Amino acid sequence: MELCESDADLIRKAQNGDRAAFGFLVERYMKRAYYSALGLVGSPEDARDLSQDAFARAYRARQTIDPDRPFFAWLYQIVRRLCFNFNRDRRSRRDKLRDASLWLAEEAEARAPAPSPSRVLEKSELCRTVRQAIEELPEREREVLVLKEFEGLRYREIAELVGIPIGTVMSRLYTARKHLAAALSVTMNRNPGEESGR
Amino acid sequence: MTTRDDSGWREEARRLMMAALDGEISPDQRRQLDRLLADNPELREDWERMGQVKEVTRSMSYREPPEEIWQEYWVSVYSRCERGVGWLLMTLSAVVLLSWSAWQGIAAMFADSTMPLFLKLAVLGVATGAIILLVSVAREKWFVRRKDPYREVIR
Repeated sequence: MELCESDADLIRKAQNGDRAAFGFLVERYMKRAYYSALGLVGSPEDARDLSQDAFARAYRARQTIDPDRPFFAWLYQIVRRLCFNFNRDRRSRRDKLRDASLWLAEEAEARAPAPSPSRVLEKSELCRTVRQAIEELPEREREVLVLKEFEGLRYREIAELVGIPIGTVMSRLYTARKHLAAALSVTMNRNPGEESGR
Repeated sequence: MTTRDDSGWREEARRLMMAALDGEISPDQRRQLDRLLADNPELREDWERMGQVKEVTRSMSYREPPEEIWQEYWVSVYSRCERGVGWLLMTLSAVVLLSWSAWQGIAAMFADSTMPLFLKLAVLGVATGAIILLVSVAREKWFVRRKDPYREVIR
């Protein structure tokens, strides 16, 4: 069996009882599944657990997979259902979403050309503000935001994964960013120098 | 007051702003957005805030987990698949064993002429009630699972 085999071939083999074929599918999509779960539950340990659970459920339900349709879109439905259930149970236990600094990193240093120390501090504070605001977003808005910003998907891909029209993707993104903008403006009002630094 | 027409162009402007921020806007739409921004100071302010948010989120990414989790990932999924089969076998076998034991117990009880009739009827009532409850719950679960359009989203 080769790693470059198509998803459809691997699914057909898995449906015929070939566990190794399913293993290739897992290796192909484990990172996407993990990061999708991470964006929804905000805890690395839970994201690993839930994404692995999703694959195990996918394996048990492998006979219902249509090999001619995208495998990850099907798997994502299981991942998001498990994550939403997990969040609901967590809310009922009155737990909060884990600190987003555990799962969101700041890449500014790697991308920007040598900023000044004060600029780094301002940027870090803005990032902290945005991370906190992301934690507080309703899960449907957070889902669309992380798929766009941190997984780099296009609107069409998000619409297909989440099962909503492209217009709704854009509306949810707008609402999510509006929340983040409100949080940012509070920080910027505290540090007026940041705006002029842009 | 916001009229329907008013909310219509606002919604369109919001979508255009999102498309522009995310690089999914066509040249025609870009011109349309520029016109709207030129005519609406409030929208311009909104646009600037959105740009700031985009700048910050663009500089963020997921934290990478330790590399070992990818090495052990499939093994863990495989174990879960095996455990799933184990649970299924154990549950089915337990149901068969319990049903057989219950049947044997009830048959022996009815064969026992020394046992009062009201006790036999009470035990029979408990057993029948338990079966009705089990079947009812199972049927409801099955029905909800088949009919619920959001079954893939929320349990």
